[in-house]
Amino acid sequence: MPRVAVAEAKPNASPAAPFIQIESLSLFYGASKALKNISVTLGEKVVTAFIGPSGCGKSTLLRCFNRMNDLIDSVRIEGAIKIGGYDIYGPDVDVIELRKRVGMVFQKSNPFPKSIYENVAYGLRLHGVKNKSELDIAVEKSLHQSALWDEVKDRLHSSALGLSGGQQQRLCIARAIAIRPEIILMDEPASALDPLATARIEELILELKKDFTIVIVTHNMQQAARISDQTAFFYLGELIEFDSTRKIFTNPAKKQTEDYVTGRFG
Amino acid sequence: MTSLTPGTKSRTRNFHSEKFDFASFFFTGLTGLATLFILGILATILINIIVNGWKGFSWHFVSTIPKKDFFDINTTGVLPMIVGTTFRVLVMTIFVIPVGVITAIYLTEYAASNSLITRIIRAAVNNLAGVPSIVFGLFGLGFFINFVGKNLDALFHNPSAVWGQPALIWASLTLAVMTLPVVIVATEESLKAIPPGLREASLALGATKLETILKIVLPQALPGIMTGGILAVSRAAGEVAPILFTGVAYYMASLPTHLSDQFMDLGYHVFVLSTQSPNIEQTRPILYATVLVLLLLTFALNIVAIIIRSNIRRKMRSLH
Repeated sequence: MPRVAVAEAKPNASPAAPFIQIESLSLFYGASKALKNISVTLGEKVVTAFIGPSGCGKSTLLRCFNRMNDLIDSVRIEGAIKIGGYDIYGPDVDVIELRKRVGMVFQKSNPFPKSIYENVAYGLRLHGVKNKSELDIAVEKSLHQSALWDEVKDRLHSSALGLSGGQQQRLCIARAIAIRPEIILMDEPASALDPLATARIEELILELKKDFTIVIVTHNMQQAARISDQTAFFYLGELIEFDSTRKIFTNPAKKQTEDYVTGRFG
Repeated sequence: MTSLTPGTKSRTRNFHSEKFDFASFFFTGLTGLATLFILGILATILINIIVNGWKGFSWHFVSTIPKKDFFDINTTGVLPMIVGTTFRVLVMTIFVIPVGVITAIYLTEYAASNSLITRIIRAAVNNLAGVPSIVFGLFGLGFFINFVGKNLDALFHNPSAVWGQPALIWASLTLAVMTLPVVIVATEESLKAIPPGLREASLALGATKLETILKIVLPQALPGIMTGGILAVSRAAGEVAPILFTGVAYYMASLPTHLSDQFMDLGYHVFVLSTQSPNIEQTRPILYATVLVLLLLTFALNIVAIIIRSNIRRKMRSLH
């Protein structure tokens, strides 16, 4: 039995409402197949973790949800990803609209070389918010929600680059949630942070899942066990197993899953 | 005590080296000598010019429009040349920076790195950089004056040639074409130095590629673009060959005020003073003073641009 602390299951653990449906999704980088026929449904307002060894395709799949893979010329998709019932790779989908509703936080924090205020306000301004008091309110709310407000409230107009690593990552989270997306994608958000900063990010995620659907890619199995409700285990581009986190970590169905979560490989 | 184990270099107990590292000393000395050599050449040129030019240099000199006989030290002046050189450099900058920056943005942000179009553009930029200055002058004459200018005159039904003859605008455009590669390369370098994470963050928030370029990438690249501008200005201020057929005049009685005017120029004036003077002994002080003014002007233009660039850098570092 893997000795990993698992969050207590919710009292009435009914399956979450289906929200992100992946149907027979395959992804090709040129000729090589990076994602092999993935079909899974992720729930709404829960935290789903993607785990698996390096190169298994979890980040690639994550970047499909907001079509960031479009930026790579050689990428080709087969199959469909439906969010709220609509295929996001459909012919008349506006990628800008998609990215308004599906936000992303990256592994290495990437605040703009602007002030803290301007970083959070960037997305709001992009989407037409001009009124200063509206912006002020939205910026404050986002910074509160990402547990950064107290630390920066007196220096909102100083450069974001003066913040520590953990603070910068929380700023990136604030920036992403400022435009009120429905889904937040997190690609190893704490992997570059020290344990204290990591703990704060994890607390934050548990708070955020009240309002947002979160999908998090992580190398850190203990982290997945701590904060996620559902876990998907990937290996070499295939989805091996998907279930509630408790089941994956205490009683996985597939031997490969058990080998990975007990540390026999990876 | 040295180790007796075969196959190892000798080792000392107190970490002191047993022999003097001649190669490192020699190489360090060589690089020092090279630096002194270059500084020495620069100092020789500058000191020579300053010492000889200072005698003829005065406020009167730089603020007077000379009579047609500018070899006479009493009636000479370089104001029209200063104005002409400054104008043509400024007009060149207005054209070369936008075109250079847009080309660099296309090459870096939009073009697929290996497509045929990209390779053709890059080859064109590289070859442009290698064309001799005088060829640019001939190009300016053949294309800008005899083609564009003549057709403009026909379009406006000008009775006599206004645009179809040497003019400030054509000289500036010729210089712009000549310094384009410098601006493109400097801009490309500064664009490439921006980490891709910043672009990704902007796109992930729902920005279009154009918005990302205008709001995030270009502001970051501004100091590098200005560097390109500084290099272009430095080169263009002293160039004579490209303006020979396209706009410079031996003598103009008044200052240039219109883009279709001809102009006098400091670099060209140095050439004239050196080769057309009836009395070289008398003219030498004027010559040196003109050279000094040219150096000071180039220096001043560079200083202004460098100050603007460091202001931009300072603003970027603190707040935005």
